[in-house]
Formats: sequence, C-alpha cells, structure tokens
Amino acid sequence: MEKINYRELGCESPRFWTGMGVMAFLILLALVSVYHMEHNGHYVTGMTNQIVWGLPHVFAIFLIVAASGALNVASIGSVFGGPMYKPLGRFSSILAIALLAGGLMVLVLDLGRPDRLIIAMTKYNFKSIFAWNIYLYTGFFVIVGFYLWAMIDRKGKALYRPLGITAFLWRLALTTGTGSIFGFLVAREAYDAAIMAPMFIIMSFSYGLAFFIITLMAAYWWDDRKIGDVRIAKLRNLLGVFVAAVLYFATVYHLSNLYITQHHGIENFILLEGGVYTKMFWIGQVLIGGVIPLFLIYSPAFSASRFAVMAASVLVLVGGFFQIYVIVIGGQAFPMTLFPGKEVVESSFFDGMVNSYVPTLPEAMLGFGGVVVAMTIVAVAARMFPMLPDSLEDPDSI
Amino acid sequence: MHRLIDLKRVAVMMVASVLLSFATAAISDSTVVEGSKAAGMDKGGCVAPQMDMRRNHMEYLKHQRDEVVHKGDRSSKFALAECVNCHASKDKKGHPVPVNAKDQFCDSCHDYAAVNITCFQCHRKVPEEK
Amino acid sequence: MSNRKQQPDMKRREFLTKSVIAASTATIAPGVLLTTADANAATKAASSNTRWGMLIYTNKCADGCSSCVSACEKENGIDLVKKPEGHSDAMWDEQRPQWIRKVKLKDTQTGMVSNLPLMCQHCEEAPCVDVCPTGASFKRADGIVMVDRHICIGCRYCMMACPYKARSFIHADVAEQVVESPRGKGCVEACNLCANRLDAGDGNTACAEACSKEGHNAIVFGDLKDPNSAVSKVLKQSHSRQLREDLKLNTAVRYTNV
Repeated sequence: MEKINYRELGCESPRFWTGMGVMAFLILLALVSVYHMEHNGHYVTGMTNQIVWGLPHVFAIFLIVAASGALNVASIGSVFGGPMYKPLGRFSSILAIALLAGGLMVLVLDLGRPDRLIIAMTKYNFKSIFAWNIYLYTGFFVIVGFYLWAMIDRKGKALYRPLGITAFLWRLALTTGTGSIFGFLVAREAYDAAIMAPMFIIMSFSYGLAFFIITLMAAYWWDDRKIGDVRIAKLRNLLGVFVAAVLYFATVYHLSNLYITQHHGIENFILLEGGVYTKMFWIGQVLIGGVIPLFLIYSPAFSASRFAVMAASVLVLVGGFFQIYVIVIGGQAFPMTLFPGKEVVESSFFDGMVNSYVPTLPEAMLGFGGVVVAMTIVAVAARMFPMLPDSLEDPDSI
Repeated sequence: MHRLIDLKRVAVMMVASVLLSFATAAISDSTVVEGSKAAGMDKGGCVAPQMDMRRNHMEYLKHQRDEVVHKGDRSSKFALAECVNCHASKDKKGHPVPVNAKDQFCDSCHDYAAVNITCFQCHRKVPEEK
Repeated sequence: MSNRKQQPDMKRREFLTKSVIAASTATIAPGVLLTTADANAATKAASSNTRWGMLIYTNKCADGCSSCVSACEKENGIDLVKKPEGHSDAMWDEQRPQWIRKVKLKDTQTGMVSNLPLMCQHCEEAPCVDVCPTGASFKRADGIVMVDRHICIGCRYCMMACPYKARSFIHADVAEQVVESPRGKGCVEACNLCANRLDAGDGNTACAEACSKEGHNAIVFGDLKDPNSAVSKVLKQSHSRQLREDLKLNTAVRYTNV
C-alpha cells in the first residue's frame, strides 16, 4: 500500500479569510442572541413553563449526538481494521471534537444561569444523568484529543489501538448518556422507553457520518484534492445502512408504544393529530430524513453521482434535526396524564392542554451558532494541522 | 522576602482602612442606620466586632445560608435580612434606599474591592415594612 | 505598630472560645443546654422525625374559590413578579411562576366534576431530586422538596422530570421580593410548604390557613409521622390517594375523592 501524506488544507488566503469572516459574523450574531436572552431573561424566547426545553436544546442534542457519530469513521479504521477508513481517522476525530464543542456551547449558553457554570463543574449529584454527562463530555475531549495525537505523532503509535478502542467505548457511553436524558423521564409518555438510548446511538451513527461526508467532500472540493470513487461508494453504502437502521428503530419505538394502550394518546398525537409535529414526523423525519436519502443512495440512477451522495447527507441532517425536534418539543407539547379517566375543565397552568411553542429568532441564532462554531473549528484545524491526506485516490490494490 | 510581603500587606491594609473610613464617613458617621437594632448594640453596632465582620461576613453568610436552606436551621445570628435591616439607609423623604445601590453600605466597599455582589439578584434590598 | 495587630486573630480566638464552651458543657451542664434548645422551637433544625404533608378534601374544595392561590402568592411574594413591559399577556401567562394552581376536573364517564389545588407533591422519591445535576433540587430531612437557588444553574431538567408540572422557571428580572422568599431570574422554584413558617414554629401553611379562613377546611396540614397530628388522624379515617401513584413516589400530599 502506498504511503499516505497528510497536508494542511491549502486554499488561498482571501477565500479562507472571507469564509472565516462570514462564520465569525454568524458566531457574533449567536453571542448577541445570548446576551439578549440572558440579559432580559428567557421570557424573550418561545420557551415557557410548559415547553421548558426549546430550539437551543434541539440544536445542542443534535450536535452532541452527531459528534459521537462523527468519530465512527476513525473507529472503523482503528478498532475494526478497515484500511480504507484509516486515512480518514484524523479528520473524523477533529470533527467529533468540533461538533461536541458546538453542541455544548449551545447547551451551556441556554442555561438560566450560565454564569454559574463553575457550580456545575464542582457540585455533583451522581444520581443525575446530567452530572454523568459532564464527565462523559469532558472525558470525550480528553480521550479523543489523545487519540488524535496518537494518530499524528509517531511517538504515539503504540497507543493508537488502545486509545482507539477506549474512544470507541467512550463514545458509546456518551450517546447512551445523551439518550438516557430522555429515557429516564418516567413521567412523560413520549420519553418513557428504554429503547431511547440505543436509538440515540444509531441516530448518532447516521448524523455523524452525514456530517463527515459533507465536510470531507467540501474540504476536498475547496482544496482541489481528489477522492476516489471506491471510497465515496463505501461511505455512501455505510450511510445507507445507518439511515435504514434509524428508520427501523423509529418503527420499533412507535410500534411498541402502540402495543401499550396507555401510550395511545401520545402515538395518536405524533402520528396522526399533532399538527406541526405530525407533519415534521412524516415529512421531515420519515420522508426527508429517511426515504429520499435511501432512494438517492440505492437507486442505480444515482450510483455514480457524487451530488446525490452530498444531497443524501444533507437530507439526513435535515431529517435528523426534525427527528430530534419531534422528540424534544413534540414530547413536551403533549400533555402529561395527571388524572387518568378525567378531563381537565379548567386550569391556570394549562393542564391537559397541548402546549404551543413558537421558537424565536435569538434561539435559532444561538442554535445555528453552535453549528457554525463546529464548522469553524474544523476549518481552522484542517488549515493549521495535517488532518487530511494529500489525496484520497483509490489504492491500486483493494 | 517574607518581610517584604508582610510590609506590603500592612501598607495595603492601611490604605484600605483609610479609604474605608472615608467611604463610610461620606454617608454618615456610622455605618449603621439610626434607630435600627444594631444602633443599640455595642462593639461597633453589629452582631460581631466590626473588623471581624469586614473580613469574614461572606463566610458567615454563606455558612448561614446553607444551614437555613438545607437544614432549616435559622438560629444563626448572621442573616442577610438583618444586614439589610440595620444598614439600608433612608433618603430625605424617609424611603429606604437599596443597600447595594451606588455608594450605599454594601457598594461602598465592594466597589472599592471590585467584588461583585450577587446576593441582591434574588434577595430583598430594603427592610420589609411590617 | 502594625495594622494587623488590631485585627483580632479570629481563628485563635474562636478555637479558645469553642474549647472553653465545649469543656464547660461537657462537665457542668449537658442537661441544661438540651432543655434550652428544646424550649426554643424557632432555632430547631429540620428533623427526620417529622414529615410534613397534607390531605386535600376534593369534595370540600369550592368551585370558583382561589383563596389558597392568592394566599400563596402573597406569602411567597409571587404577586410581586411583574410582567415585563410590552410582553404579550398570553405568553406571560405561560411563563409566570405558579406554586399552586386550581384545577377543575370532569370524569369522562360519569361527568362528576371536582375541584382541587395542585402544587408540589413533596415526593419521598422525588424525580426532580434524582435528575438535578448540581444537587440544587434536594429533600430536607423533614420531607420538604425544595430548590437551593444558590446552586441552581437553570437547566430545567427537574421541570422535565416532574410528573406534576409543579415547578416554575423565573423568566424575567424580579424587582422586589419578600424577605422570606427570595427570587431571581434564571432559577427554578416551587412550593416549599412555607418552610419559613414551619421553621419559625408556626405549623401551618398559607394555603391551608386561607382555606380554613374561607370556611372550606379542604386542606389539612401537619406532620405525617406524628400519629396524633390532625392530618395523620384524618388520613387514617378517610380513603385518600396519591396522584400518579403508579410512579411509586410516595407523595406527601394526598387527595380524597379523585
């Protein structure tokens, strides 16, 4: 096998700095939104005492889930011994770190008291999955950081495989933790399911790979480097499997809920009568995030089209975003059953009513800022460090 | 070396106490509001000697806050509400002025020491009228 | 002369005083000290020999009466929380804090209508306490579930976990508070069974007091662990239930006729 040369992303400075300028501006907008939200209080957002987690949480969870998935390519290379994936390990790791950083930024800046972050770092309640997650997230940065070092530095070669395995196991724990945030909320019918944790893992595979394909193809287009057809085909097939698996898990989740009479209310809400959430589920999650990408990936008509791979990846992300929106917001919009067999006639606290949520611009800008932060980290790292192989042409012997 | 640090500390202390006395004198001769509970106390009119309070009030209050919130033990003589009761001054019309307002009791030192007080983001800043 | 000399050496002084007190207490007057502490109820810390709770007679709770709600708002300064200028009423209605609310129910089969006040149920196994990352949500020794707003970071996970939607997030700056109920933007809060009153030895909550004053007597408050308390006696005689008893949270607030 030929030797792989890694090189910094070389694109002319004006283009790079224009791109950076745009991203910096978007990050600035996000920070202005944060100031607006924290200075006035959360009343300026669409969040209420009924919908307590809003759009920022959708973005944050989306990015955190995708982060652990983005590491998959590196894991396939080092843990499962896939030689075709090994050259992509560095980029996969830095993308994972970047996505996690973006997601955590959004999560932290939406807190009621972000100034008390130090308390979250010093006081722990170990029964809380949130407290566990603080360790899982910081541990992820450290482990993947070392993993990246072992990939780049010759001195770290002996540690490459053990670190790869640790990182892989850690990312599984991390996504389980993120999924469990919802799985442990026994009171809310939409979340009361153990399948949430494995479903989040498979979602992370899918979103993470989609992010990876998009950023990889963009980087190689940016620097006029070449990616071989076989590599693209491998990534595309892998994405196809993950997208199908996400659809499968969603089906099992809803079918098992339908089996439980107590959960018919929430299923009826999400699948049939939930208005915007029903539309998001069928059109966003199933059609845009599942059926169309599968068609683009597996249809013989597009088998040679790189554009189709790119489009499928983008649609997977859009659909994934809707999926998390339906889980997070839809699950809260549906009223909790406090009095089985009774109908709430009057309540000043909206008991028994479907809650409405209209996200505001600052929330959206904060959330989107997280995505931009992730992309900025990737762009800067790829330009400053040898993250990507000079060429990803297919090897002569496969 | 040790000597030097010691000297420096003494100098800072002296400057600080001079400035402190200026700051408090600017409001009134005493830091305690006339007619309040503390005005009737000796030892500088507080629950503990003045120097002790200046140095350690934050520790006392923090300890008391945990005792009250977590244990429900309200027996401590240190309480933020009591600080406010005796140290929030009144304006010319007789209305109480927030104790953390500019140049008032808390602010006069905290501004100098550049320490941000967060107590009054949630706690009442003027005595409660009964 | 050094300025430091003027400062009392607190550590040393404290140590000396404490050892003197400890020594004298141990030798002369252990009994005296105990009795004086007991005599003053106001200085007693919450104890696990007590569990505060209440029984709500749903059939006595009057339709259209909300005196418990207004008493709570006055006691805890919730009426001082003002809508931010220019904000929509409908939005604010979903964002303003509510510790206790009146709910009117109709049985879907029989059509029977009932009224009840709903607030934090002070679970023994509280989900909000389990999920709180910093331990700001906690249960006091006497069973009161409350929020230490000094260490609450405003993540709202407890609000997601609470089966009773009992908690409120403070969405905007609060200009004025009552002394006994501090409150500020960005933290979560809920009913604390008027802990300040209980600590002061007043053994009743504002809502229960207001309900009796109206003549409804729908709320009986007291110590569930004391077999002679009014609430224990009525709980022994009446058929009561917990809301969402399927979750096995062992709530301290019980209801009849729901």
